[in-house]
Amino acid sequence: MMTRITRLGRHGCDLVEALGRAGMFLGQSLVGRPSVEGFKLWLRQMHFIGVLSLAIVLVSGLFIGMVLALQGFTILVDFGAEDALGQMVSLSLLRELAPVVAALLFAGRAGSALTAEIGLMKATEQLSSMEMIGVDPLKRVVAPRLWAGFVSLPLLTVGFSVIGIWGGHLVGVEWLGVYEGSYWGNMQSSVDFVDDIGNGMLKSLVFALVVTWIAVFQGYDLVPTSEGISRATTRTVVYSSLAVLGLDFVLTALMFGELG
Amino acid sequence: MKRSKMMEFGVGLFMLAGIVGIIFLGVSVSGLTVGGGKDTYTLQANFANIGGLKSQARVTMAGVTVGRVENIELDTEWYDARVTLALDSRLEDQLSRDTTASILTSGLLGEQYIGLSVGGDPDTLADGDTITDTQSALVLEQLIQQFVANMATD
Repeated sequence: MMTRITRLGRHGCDLVEALGRAGMFLGQSLVGRPSVEGFKLWLRQMHFIGVLSLAIVLVSGLFIGMVLALQGFTILVDFGAEDALGQMVSLSLLRELAPVVAALLFAGRAGSALTAEIGLMKATEQLSSMEMIGVDPLKRVVAPRLWAGFVSLPLLTVGFSVIGIWGGHLVGVEWLGVYEGSYWGNMQSSVDFVDDIGNGMLKSLVFALVVTWIAVFQGYDLVPTSEGISRATTRTVVYSSLAVLGLDFVLTALMFGELG
Repeated sequence: MKRSKMMEFGVGLFMLAGIVGIIFLGVSVSGLTVGGGKDTYTLQANFANIGGLKSQARVTMAGVTVGRVENIELDTEWYDARVTLALDSRLEDQLSRDTTASILTSGLLGEQYIGLSVGGDPDTLADGDTITDTQSALVLEQLIQQFVANMATD
């Protein structure tokens, strides 16, 4: 009994400690003067995290937009309201699906890779060698990855929304025969730039912060063995997916609920 | 060297695509008009019951949108709803003093909006004036009650 209580206490302390480490880690990596060298490193990460994630995000966006249009149409047509298809597709994409699905894909595609890469650097003692020769690994390795993640995910979300709305147009207008004018017209009259697009972007920025932070920290903080790397990679995907979905509820309640 | 140039180009293209995407969303999806808000002037109107009218609702004239509902508040003097309308400034000093404002519903279950129709008075409404001739929203429950009451007396 006593040992159980002790163990519980230790787990609690470990948790708080990990949170503290994660917070300090974030602070130390992000503070610092921008430099040409840092910009080049950032650019390389932007290519890996952003540009190479584009394909999976765009293809998913296209299919999700098409499915939304198809599902929405079959329901709306019962009420004779298929003219509202554009509004339905665009609002569900902009407010909800684009930020969330893009963040989940991002966690799977880029987050896990970040964790594994930094983890392997730690396991092969590249990070400690950097420290030895006087290069701060937080600045050299971590900071460019964090910044690249923060910038990439909102951009990917924009791409997701645009291609999703286009996919909805493809199915709704070209295939199912919704009148084109009402698809775009209803969309324009119901979507507000600040309330819908702005809030969607804000969501995606928050998700970008959380997912990249989790991914990079898990890599930096893991037990430097092959098993540790595999565990940390799994944890990255699990934690960031849960964080995205949980935060999404909170943010939605604040933005679109009647609370605000 | 060649590879890094390609990469820079790729990243640049990616960010450019993001910016173009935002502009597309702004212009084509949310119907944002460049050049800021149009000039407006305000009119007041008191309604006995506004039903489900919300602020930002459309104000139309012959079906054409000419403005928005700017604010709705309770008039504590008369205990009715005081609605502030922001109308296109091209209509300033054009609407006659006996213009009527009525709360209408688009479709059977659609959103509520305000319809204006001009009268014949030579005097016109200036900025800040109050529309006196108003028609309240149609509240379905009241209508049904009336109908039931009429049925009972028959």
